[in-house]
Amino acid sequence: MLDDLDRRILRHMQSDPEQSIPDLAERLGLTPSRLSRRLEKLREGGILLGSRAMIDWRALGYTVEVSLRVTLDKTNPRAFDEFIAQARDIPEVLEIQTFLGQVDVRLSVIARDMGHYQQIYRSAILTLPHIADIEALMHVARIKSNESLPL
Amino acid sequence: MTDLDEIDFGLLKALSRDANQSAGALGRALGLSQPATWRRIKRLQELGILLGRRLDLDREKLGFGVTVFLGVKLGTKGRVSLEDFERAVCAIPEVQTVEHVLGLYDYRLRVTARDIADFERVLRRRVMLLPGVGSVDANVLLSEERRPGPLG
Repeated sequence: MLDDLDRRILRHMQSDPEQSIPDLAERLGLTPSRLSRRLEKLREGGILLGSRAMIDWRALGYTVEVSLRVTLDKTNPRAFDEFIAQARDIPEVLEIQTFLGQVDVRLSVIARDMGHYQQIYRSAILTLPHIADIEALMHVARIKSNESLPL
Repeated sequence: MTDLDEIDFGLLKALSRDANQSAGALGRALGLSQPATWRRIKRLQELGILLGRRLDLDREKLGFGVTVFLGVKLGTKGRVSLEDFERAVCAIPEVQTVEHVLGLYDYRLRVTARDIADFERVLRRRVMLLPGVGSVDANVLLSEERRPGPLG
């Protein structure tokens, strides 16, 4: 379904999503209208879903980032649903991921400082339902973060 | 922290959902003129709050059916150079993110692969051969959801 040209287009867009259609077309040696048609097809096929702006939470004053790895009490069949539903209500939770493995759910949490983190942890995280165990990884630095696919 | 108001937070929220919206459309939704919207976006960029954008692709439709998070602990024997490890790990195309963390692990990696067999190849031939790698712990991603974050 995808040919080499589609892959080339997506590769270029991944590495520089800010490019305008005419610039990208020129780089790829296509006419802008041909590129637009290709992009339309990729959108229709549900491959190209759109793009999202990235926010630097540090620049907004959130200096602490913690990855919380949660093991749930799976004797309760509603454990996943109820835990996740309530985690969504915590504004400082940026990501909710579920896993197959040692860890059941991972929450990415940000806070202004350690005091603020402690407050979120005690009042919002520890009150989430069905937690059997929590482990925390404190974020030090982001070394690579483009999330590109090796197309 | 800088003096942002409700409208700035509204802009950040809207753009983090869909970065392709025009300043005109965003302004209409927030009750601003197009030039005023532009100025605010520009300012958020200058403050370093609004970074670039990220393309949203359907991984599975592109043939990447498996995402695995690896917790890597560096070996304690001998001297391990963090720089050597970081340089080598970032060069692996299947490694999408590398985070230096404190806790049970030293690094957290997000790895994408076509299927479990492909993941095994990346793990054995790439990750396990990185300089300084001690133990590796893997968790296969089942679902993932990004939240808007504390934007007012």
